[in-house]
Amino acid sequence: MKLSALLPLALAAALVGLLARGLLQHDAQAEPPSPLIGKPAPALDLQRLGGDGTAAPQGEVWVLNVFASWCAPCRAELPVLGELASQAGVRIVGLDYRDTAEQGAAFLRRHGDPYALTLLDPQGRGSLAWGVTGVPETFVIDRRGIVRLRHTGPVTAEDLQQRLLPLIKKLQHA
Amino acid sequence: MRSLGAALLLSASLAVQASDLDQRVERLARELRCVVCNGQSVAESNAQLALDMKALLREGLAAGRSEDELRAELVQRYGEQVLFRPGLHAGTAPLWFGPLALLAAGGLIYWRQARREGPVRKGPA
Repeated sequence: MKLSALLPLALAAALVGLLARGLLQHDAQAEPPSPLIGKPAPALDLQRLGGDGTAAPQGEVWVLNVFASWCAPCRAELPVLGELASQAGVRIVGLDYRDTAEQGAAFLRRHGDPYALTLLDPQGRGSLAWGVTGVPETFVIDRRGIVRLRHTGPVTAEDLQQRLLPLIKKLQHA
Repeated sequence: MRSLGAALLLSASLAVQASDLDQRVERLARELRCVVCNGQSVAESNAQLALDMKALLREGLAAGRSEDELRAELVQRYGEQVLFRPGLHAGTAPLWFGPLALLAAGGLIYWRQARREGPVRKGPA
C-alpha cells in the first residue's frame, strides 16, 4: 500500500482533532475577544448618579463595571467588586445600563455600593461605545487610559484572585 | 386653501424623507450581525443591543454621517465579526480564499488520481 493512500485518513484525523479542540475548549468561547483591548478607553459623556461631573479617572489604573438594577448576576458580583476596590486600591466606575436614577440608587443603597462614581446610561449609548454585549461586564483600564482586559459575566471570587488582581497589581507597578 | 396645500406638501415631503431614512437604516442594519443573537442581522433582531444599534445608525445617518463611517465605528467597538461580509485583509484572507484553496486541492488530488487510473474501463456486467 502506498503512503499516499493514507492521506484521506490523515486529513480526516486532522479535521476531527480540530473540531475536538473547538468543542473541548470552553474557555476560548467564554471570553469573546474585544477589539478594544490595547486601544484607548472610549469617552463616557454621561450623567452621574447623584451628582455632577462625569470625569473618568485619569493617570491611574481603574475599572469600569457595567451593571443594572434589574440584573441578578450584577447583584451577586457587588461584594466581589467591593473586595476588588479595597484589595487592589482601585476606583471602580459603575455604568448603570438602561436603568432609572431612582432604581439605580435604590439598588446600590440596598446591596452596597462598591463604585467610586456611578454613571447613568439610560439609552445604552455608553455601553454601545464600549462594545458591551450584556450586563454585567467589566473592563480594566491602565494608567495611560488603555483598555487592558474585558470580562463578560459576573466577576467571581476566583476571577478576582486569578485574573483581575494579578493584572491590576502588574499594571499599578508598571 | 393655499396654506393647507402647502402644509400637505410639507408633510408629504417630510414623510418621504423619513421613509428614506428608514430604508437606509434598514439596509445598513441588514449588513450587520446582531452579536448577541445567533445568525440574525441587526435588522431582524429585537434584542436590546440590536435596537440600540439601530438607534445609533438612525441618529448617525440623520446627522449626515456616512454609512462607511458608521460601519467603521461599529467594527471598532464590536470587531470585524459585526459585519456579515468582513473586509478583505491579511486577517480575513483565509476566510475568503480558504474554501477556494480547499476546492483546488481537492480537484488536484482527484485529477491526479483519475490520470493514474487511466480511462474508465467497463467492468464485467
